[in-house]
Amino acid sequence: MRSDRNTSAPLGLKIAAGLGLAFLHLPILLIFLYAFTTEEKSYQFPPPGYTLKWFAVTWNRPDVWEAMGLSVRVASISTAVALVLGTLCAAAVSRTKFFGRETISLLVILPIALPGIITGIALRSAFSFAEIPFSFWTIVLGHATFCVVVVYNNAVARFRRVSGSLIEASMDLGADSFQTFRYVILPNIGTALLAGGMLAFALSFDEVIVTTFTAGQQSTLPIWMLEELVRPRQRPVTNVVAMVVVLVTFLPILGAYYLTRDGDQVAGAGK
Amino acid sequence: MTAVLFQQVSRHFGAVRAVDSVDLAIAEGEFFAMLGPSGSGKTTCLRLMAGFEQPTSGHIEIFGETAEGVPPYRRNVNTVFQDYALFPHLSILENVAYGLMVKGVGKAERLKAAEEALAMVKLPGYGARRPGQLSGGQRQRVALARALVNRPRVLLLDEPLGALDLKLREQMQEELKSLQKSLGITFVFVTHDQGEALSMADRIAVFSDGRIQQLGTPEEVYKRPKTRFVADFVGSSNVLPPDFVRTLGFGDSYASLRPEAITLGDGPGRKNFAGRVVATSFLGAANRVTVEAAGARVAAMTPASTAPPALGETVTLSFLPQDLHPMDGAR
Repeated sequence: MRSDRNTSAPLGLKIAAGLGLAFLHLPILLIFLYAFTTEEKSYQFPPPGYTLKWFAVTWNRPDVWEAMGLSVRVASISTAVALVLGTLCAAAVSRTKFFGRETISLLVILPIALPGIITGIALRSAFSFAEIPFSFWTIVLGHATFCVVVVYNNAVARFRRVSGSLIEASMDLGADSFQTFRYVILPNIGTALLAGGMLAFALSFDEVIVTTFTAGQQSTLPIWMLEELVRPRQRPVTNVVAMVVVLVTFLPILGAYYLTRDGDQVAGAGK
Repeated sequence: MTAVLFQQVSRHFGAVRAVDSVDLAIAEGEFFAMLGPSGSGKTTCLRLMAGFEQPTSGHIEIFGETAEGVPPYRRNVNTVFQDYALFPHLSILENVAYGLMVKGVGKAERLKAAEEALAMVKLPGYGARRPGQLSGGQRQRVALARALVNRPRVLLLDEPLGALDLKLREQMQEELKSLQKSLGITFVFVTHDQGEALSMADRIAVFSDGRIQQLGTPEEVYKRPKTRFVADFVGSSNVLPPDFVRTLGFGDSYASLRPEAITLGDGPGRKNFAGRVVATSFLGAANRVTVEAAGARVAAMTPASTAPPALGETVTLSFLPQDLHPMDGAR
């Protein structure tokens, strides 16, 4: 109904929508605000004074760097694993027909639909059953379960639009499988993979629940923040870190959004 | 020399016999058409030549070399795809140069060759555009240039004109034909349009149910269809049932008789039969008169200069015995 777009919504609805959005986003602004407060033990409003010293304090805290480094490494490697496995799986599901294809598609997507706590408990008991000690790699494995899904979902949608005859045309013109992947498949699914990879990175970077169950003594950045909240000193350091996390996760998601949007147009133009 | 040789080639998909014991030999430099309805196996035959399919049984040779197990990228054969399959992420020039690029030809050399190929298909200066910016007819030409730039020994064309409108189609038919003559490359061409096959090909293989029903020159296939299927599919020939053929004094089989070979009235040396007129239509240069004779419907072409007989009138029709061609009765 196009005409609906022209009629203005009633004032009450506008206010309700505005309040809803404010409820969603004001707490985030509060986090930013308290990164600049002079009061370090409690969150009183309004802050008694403003300072930039917490940025310096955060910079000099080795535990922050350690947690940040671990999170970046975990997110990078989980994303890399997800890119390889997710792409291969998407290629298999969209390119070929085989028995149980729909089931495999469902099983791959399932980890993101399952509550994180189920994935976490399942992995933890599996690790202890197999007597695998908790380490960096158990965290990576836990994160890869849902990172694969994000990459797979992005790649499978794009694979379906790359017509099968493009691959045949490439082979017909003398390109072997590797050249076909390099010159035809990758350019056509590249932006989808980048978008999937960025989303996967962002998901991994702020993951708490699965990490709680699969990490040993190490703390990723979100875990570190959770621990820090219960400590009554230098609280604004947590807020500074939170700001960084918001930026680090928000930018890739924004990038992914723009990439897939443009990608749709490019892929559609060839039809 | 034989360009493409099929010996008892079959390709089965489960219980479906897409191609069933096909024998054919396509000569070098020939314009060869594979004609048939959809699902008749003609496209599968083309894909067997390109290497996208492997035969379930039988033997394929391309210029004397065994083709089974040879992947598409090691065959000196190129394909013009039905949907053109241009790479949407590459420019037109890069599309045409693709085959040379993957073979490692230097950039300057391959772009020059691509420009020349574009000029050959009458699209000079279109190199910088993207496939999405071209019309269907232009994309078709790009697909042709992209295949020909590799100097294949056999060019395979999968319903190349199917997506074009009638006028463009007739124009492309002539261009393809003259291109094939000037390049001397063997063209193998799949189509379901009998007019296209008759006008362009040196020889035609008519496919049905995975088998070749008839293989011959357009004239042979049109004038002397070997089976009822070919008679129905290729031309407008009358297919006479065995009972009727016997009453005319021929053997006990189906026979084809083209409408142009039948005249009103009798004459010396002609065979005649009587029929009741059930329909007449004016076709411009001729009248088409359909009669019912001994349970069969027979169409005849009569000159437009004489008035057609009235409906319901019983008339005598005749033809020369050599114009009646007995066929394999099975279908």
